[in-house]
Amino acid sequence: MEARGLVKRYGSREALKGVNFEAAPGEVVGVIGPNGAGKTTLLSILAGTIEPDQGEVASPNGDVGWVPQQAALYRRLSVEENLLLFARLEKHAQPREAVEEMLELTGLEDRRGELVARLSGGNQQRVNIAIGLLARPAVLLLDEPSVGLDPRQRARLWGFVSGLAGGGTSVVFSTHDIQEAERYGQRLLVLADGEALFDGSAAELRDAVRGEAPEAAGSDFETAFVAFLQHRGH
Amino acid sequence: MRWLLLKDLQILRRSPLQAALLVAYPVLIALLIGFAISREPGNPRVAFLNEVPPGSRVSAGSGGELPAVGVHDRVCRQVECVDVGSRAEAEAKVRDGDVLAALILPADLIDRLNSLSTLSPETPEVDVIVNEEDPLKARVVDDRIDALLARANLFIARQIAAEGGRYLGLVVNGGDFDVLGTRVEVLGLRRVASTLESLRAAVPAAQRPSLERVIRFATLARDNLDVAAPLIDRLAQPIAVDKQTVSAPTPPLDVFAVAVAATLTLTFVTLLLVAGSLALEREENTFARLTGGLVSRSSLLAEKIGLGVAVGLGVTLLMLAGVELFVGLAWSRFGLWLVAIGGGAAALGAAGAALGAAARDVRAVSLLAFMVSLPVALLSLVPSGAVGGGLYDVIRIVAALFPFKPALQAMTAALDSAGPGIGGPLLHLAVLVVAYTAIARLALGRFAST
Repeated sequence: MEARGLVKRYGSREALKGVNFEAAPGEVVGVIGPNGAGKTTLLSILAGTIEPDQGEVASPNGDVGWVPQQAALYRRLSVEENLLLFARLEKHAQPREAVEEMLELTGLEDRRGELVARLSGGNQQRVNIAIGLLARPAVLLLDEPSVGLDPRQRARLWGFVSGLAGGGTSVVFSTHDIQEAERYGQRLLVLADGEALFDGSAAELRDAVRGEAPEAAGSDFETAFVAFLQHRGH
Repeated sequence: MRWLLLKDLQILRRSPLQAALLVAYPVLIALLIGFAISREPGNPRVAFLNEVPPGSRVSAGSGGELPAVGVHDRVCRQVECVDVGSRAEAEAKVRDGDVLAALILPADLIDRLNSLSTLSPETPEVDVIVNEEDPLKARVVDDRIDALLARANLFIARQIAAEGGRYLGLVVNGGDFDVLGTRVEVLGLRRVASTLESLRAAVPAAQRPSLERVIRFATLARDNLDVAAPLIDRLAQPIAVDKQTVSAPTPPLDVFAVAVAATLTLTFVTLLLVAGSLALEREENTFARLTGGLVSRSSLLAEKIGLGVAVGLGVTLLMLAGVELFVGLAWSRFGLWLVAIGGGAAALGAAGAALGAAARDVRAVSLLAFMVSLPVALLSLVPSGAVGGGLYDVIRIVAALFPFKPALQAMTAALDSAGPGIGGPLLHLAVLVVAYTAIARLALGRFAST
């Protein structure tokens, strides 16, 4: 997936200011930055749910899976009905098999008949992610996927995501959890006020911190990241 | 699109209150309309006190009397009379709201009526007691009193005219006439003229010119009074009504009432359902997921309008089936019903989609749909001539921009075989479907980017 010169304006505010982006097959890219940095806007443009004012996106055959930040589910349908609906809309050859696979992945087999409205926020997020994974897309976009998940569910999620990446799926995720980004992101894109400040691995980001904010070089990754942002005027 | 439609129906089924309302609402409307149009309008209850002494009769002049008037029966044919024994009782019934008004015929009413044919006429008066606790009731009472008084005056005028005509006939043609119990023979102008003609030869020549003048007078009077009789008769009701209708034939009132009820049902069900269903996609964050590659925005729009047409059709047919219990409907025109309901539902669904795309959540869009559709529906029912010309032009434009009026016209045409054709309203609805779908499609673009 590749994007060039992405610009998005909401009124007079520029949410993205000419951002470039790329993700190779099998690569896991973390998008990090403070609130209002433009993370969700970037992922929404990559997913095709909003149009950029300038710039272009090229994705492999438009085959992109999208897991939005807020659960995008029908609360008056059951877990299974939600999965089956989206499997059918994805034109899955074997929709019921795909549903079973996702129920197993999310550990919600025993709650398949329960209305989504009655699930906890964490469990709703699990269904939300499962729907994004249904089509086994070439590119998977996850907007803060681990919000509301407990550690065990998080581990299961990242295990599955790593498996997908191992199979050649490009995974792009945004997060506020810097430790998570360091752990799972093979490459990190740092956004602040719509600008791309950094694009590289976690180790390269540490090197950049060492050069630009040496006082924070020995700190944990999150502290170093905050120092980096401050040094860049954010 | 099939799976989305099934999903929406499934969600509808899972919302018991919403589903119950969709069924209960048309049934309730059907019952109300059915009761309203299958019962005659009830006569208002009026307390009636007749203080006129028994045996009083209205004099027709020259010693004659009008035939017995039967005041009680005549009044009570127009209203539901509640006989009371005193003014106090009448007043109490009005104050308690037991009756709309009280009508009292005072004891001197007949004397005053009789004085009209004397040199010192008095104005006959009846007493009316009312409780005008609100402006609407006051208007109803005033209208009823005016109508009763007009009928009473007309009746008396006709009786007097008939008596006048009878006496005029006596003067022209001659006959017998009772005066204070004595039978008097009236010669009549016809016989006066012919008697004088026969005497002409016997009258001396010097007096003949005078006789000729009398004969001419009698002949002229006879001929002209012949014309006066129908004139007197017309005086009782000088203006007659000759009504000509310039519009197309109107449907019977009960058919129009059914059409209004069906269109109102269709409007609220379709508009609210489509608008709410589209807003729900936004509220549940599924719009972006759906339109991110699974379905096009146009397909989603078509699915929502299709949902409105399907449910609107079912609910409106249910309502018509309920009305059938009270009013006979032409089921042979069922095909046209489907066309009218389908066309109306499509236009209302498209309007609902435009509203749904403009609002952020289901509650807001429901409120918006009510706030838009109710006043527009009421405006669409305002008849020409009820307001000023300029204002009516504005109302016509507003009503033409919203699907309620053409949907009502299509429904009326479908229900009534004698009414105007259905083609015009269907064409109007088709234009609105295209226009509102285009607006909704544009609004969906904004829907996604905010």
